[in-house]
Amino acid sequence: MVSRVAERGMAAIVRDAGIAALVALGVGAPLLGLKTEPAGGGLTLVPRPGLLLAAVAAVFVGRILVGLLMARRALVSPAPRAVLVPPGVGARLGRIAGPAMLAFALVLPFLPGAGRYEVDLATLVLTYVMLGWGLNIVVGLAGLLDLGYVAFYAVGAYGYALLARHLDIGFWTALPLTGLFAAGWGIILGFPVLRLRGDYLAIVTLAFGEIIRIVLLNWVSLTGGPNGMSGIPRPTFFGLPFSMAGGEGTFAGFFGIQPSPLHRIIFLYYVILALALLTNFVTVRLRRHPVGRAWEALREDEVASRALGLSVVAVKLTAFATGALFGGFAGAFFATRQGFISPESFTFIESALVLAIVVLGGMGSQIGVATAAVVMIGGFELFRDLEQFRMLVFGIAMVAIMVWRPRGLVASREPSVALGERRRVDAEHVAEGRG
Amino acid sequence: MSAAPAGVPMLAVEDVTTAYGAIVALRGVSLAVGRGEIVTLIGANGAGKSTLMMTICGDPAPRSGRIVYDGQDITGWPTHHIMRQGLAHAPEGRRIFPRMTVLENLRMGAELMDGTHFDEDLERVCTLFPRLKERLSQRGGTLSGGEQQMLAIARALMSRPRLLLLDEPSLGLAPMVVRQIFAAIRDLNRQTGLTVLLVEQNAYHALRLAHRGYVLVNGRITMSGTGSELLARAEVRAAYLEGGRA
Ligand SMILES: Nc1ncnc2c1ncn2[C@@H]1O[C@H](COP(=O)(O)OP(=O)(O)OP(=O)(O)O)[C@@H](O)[C@H]1O
Ligand SMILES: [Mg+2]
Repeated sequence: MVSRVAERGMAAIVRDAGIAALVALGVGAPLLGLKTEPAGGGLTLVPRPGLLLAAVAAVFVGRILVGLLMARRALVSPAPRAVLVPPGVGARLGRIAGPAMLAFALVLPFLPGAGRYEVDLATLVLTYVMLGWGLNIVVGLAGLLDLGYVAFYAVGAYGYALLARHLDIGFWTALPLTGLFAAGWGIILGFPVLRLRGDYLAIVTLAFGEIIRIVLLNWVSLTGGPNGMSGIPRPTFFGLPFSMAGGEGTFAGFFGIQPSPLHRIIFLYYVILALALLTNFVTVRLRRHPVGRAWEALREDEVASRALGLSVVAVKLTAFATGALFGGFAGAFFATRQGFISPESFTFIESALVLAIVVLGGMGSQIGVATAAVVMIGGFELFRDLEQFRMLVFGIAMVAIMVWRPRGLVASREPSVALGERRRVDAEHVAEGRG
Repeated sequence: MSAAPAGVPMLAVEDVTTAYGAIVALRGVSLAVGRGEIVTLIGANGAGKSTLMMTICGDPAPRSGRIVYDGQDITGWPTHHIMRQGLAHAPEGRRIFPRMTVLENLRMGAELMDGTHFDEDLERVCTLFPRLKERLSQRGGTLSGGEQQMLAIARALMSRPRLLLLDEPSLGLAPMVVRQIFAAIRDLNRQTGLTVLLVEQNAYHALRLAHRGYVLVNGRITMSGTGSELLARAEVRAAYLEGGRA
C-alpha cells in the first residue's frame, strides 16, 4: 500500500520533471541551442545540441531531486512545518535571538577584526534591514504588494541632496523633512491604487517606481540627469564635521584624538543602526496600536475590515505613508553616506531585492526580515569571488530557502493582543494562498 | 401580530435600487425592522440578499431610494461612518481574520469602542459562546467552521450594536450547530433587546426564529408577513422548504 502510493508519487514527480524539461527545451532551444557566428559577409547559425541537451538534462534531474525532497518532507510531516524545533524552543530562541543580534550590532565596530571593509559592509546590511522593515509595514503587515518601494528611497535621497544644495540644510534637519516628503509621495501613490489589490497593485507600484526613476533621469536641470548629484554634504557629529585635518572645530580635534577615516565610517554605522532601530521600534509599537491592528486586519480580510467600521482608505494610506517615511529616511542616509547619487542606484532590482528580503524573512516578522537582510546582502558579498556564477548561486540559495521554508525564515506571528502571558502561535495549519 | 412594526423603525429601507454596473441586483426594495425585532430575509441564490445587507452598510451605495437608520437618513454615507452608528454586520462567509487569534479577532470587533468595556464585553460573548473562551489564543483560521461562525457573530457583537445584520450564519454548518447559533440569537434578542436582520437559506429555522420575514425574488420583495404566516404559505413551502425541511 505504502509503496503503491510512493510509486504513484514517483510517477507524478517524473511527469513534473518531464514538463519542466520540455519548458527548458522550449526556452533553451533559441537561447542555448543556437549561436550566431560571423562567417563570410554575415552571420551564420551554429547549432549547439550538446549544450542544449546538457541544460535540459540538468533541469530534468534537478526537478526530480526537488520533487523527491518535497515528497520526503511531506512524508515526514503531513503539514508543511515552518518550525522545525518544538514551538516552545522556537519561542525561546526568538526571545534570545533579538537581543543577541542587537548586542552584536552595538559592539560590532569595536570587535577585533572589524576594519573599514567590515563596518562598511555592516552599514550596507543595516540599510537593507531598514528598507526591509520599512517595506514590511506595507507588504508584510498591510498586505499591499508594493514593487516600487525604491521610489521612496530615491525621493529621500534626492530630497536630501536638493535640500542641501539649494537651501543649505544639514543632514539632521533634512532627515525629518525628507521623511515627511517621502511619506507625502506615499500618499500620492496611495490614492490611485486604493481600489487595487494583488497583481494589479503590484503592476501600478512597479510603474510608479519606474516613473520616479525616469523623471529623475530626465529632469536634468534639477537632478543632473544621468550624471547624478555629487558633493552631497556628509553628516556631522552634533555639528562637528569629520575631517582628516583635525583641528579645533572637528570631531577628532574636539575629542583630542588622532583623526582617522574610520571615525566617519563608524559614525555612519551607528546612524543607520539608530535609524533601523527607530523603524523597528515604531513598527512594534504600531502593531499594538489601532493603526497597526487595522493594517493586519486589512491584510487578512478587506471585506471584514470594512464591515467592522475601519476606513479602508485611511488604513491603506497610513500604511503607504509610514512605509514611505522609512524608505525616505534610508534614502537620505544613502545620499549622505555616498556623497553622490544618480538614478542608477534606484532601479527596479533594488525594489525586488528589498521585497525578496521581506518575503524570505517571513512577511511580517521583524527578526525574520533582519535575518534575511543579513543572509542576502552578506551572502552576496560572500560569493563575490564566484564572479559570474554569483547570481546563479544566489538564485539557487533563494529557491532552496523557499523549498525549505515556504513561509519564510520566521513564519510565526506574534499576537498583538494577549491575555496574561503572551503566547506564540505558529503559522502553519492555515491554508496557504489566502489573499 | 401586524406585518409592520409600530413607531419609528430601527431600520427602514425605502424603494432601494442597487446595481453592479449593468447588473441590477435590487429593484425597488422596501422593508422595515422594528426595535427589538428579529426580521429574516429569505430568497434563492442570487436573489440579492447579501446585496441588500451590503447596501444598508453603504457599500455599494444604492442607485436610488433611501435608507433610514434610527430616524437618520444614512443613504450615501461612507461605510466606516455608518458602522459607527451602532450597526454591526457579520458578512457572508464568516470572514474572520485567519492569522489572528480569537482574542485579536474580538479586539478588532471592538475597534470602534474606546476600550473601556473590552473585558466586560469579552466576558459577555464568551458566556454566549463558551467554545470561544477555551480558544482565545488559537488562530482564527484553525477553528472549525462552526466555531468560526460563532467567532464572526461574537466579533460583530463586540461593538455593542443596536442592530445586527447577519448574513447566512448557518452556511455549511451541521444542524446541531445551526440550532446552537439560532438559540444564541434568540437569547440575545430576548435578554438584551438586540434588533436582528437575518439573511438565511435555512428558511424553516429562520422563519421559526424571526418575528417577521420578507421573501426576496430576483431583487424584489414578493411576500412579507410574520414568520408563521410565511411558513404557512404554499408558495413559500414550495420554493424554500420542500427538500430542505418540510
Ligand atoms: N460585485 C458584484 N458585481 C457584479 N454582480 C454582483 C456582485 N455581487 C453580486 N452580484 C450579483 O448580484 C446578484 C445578487 O447577489 P447577492 O450576493 O446579493 O445574492 P444572494 O441573495 O446573497 O445569494 P446567495 O444566497 O447565493 O448568497 C447576483 O446575480 C450576483 O451575481
Ligand atoms: Mg448572499
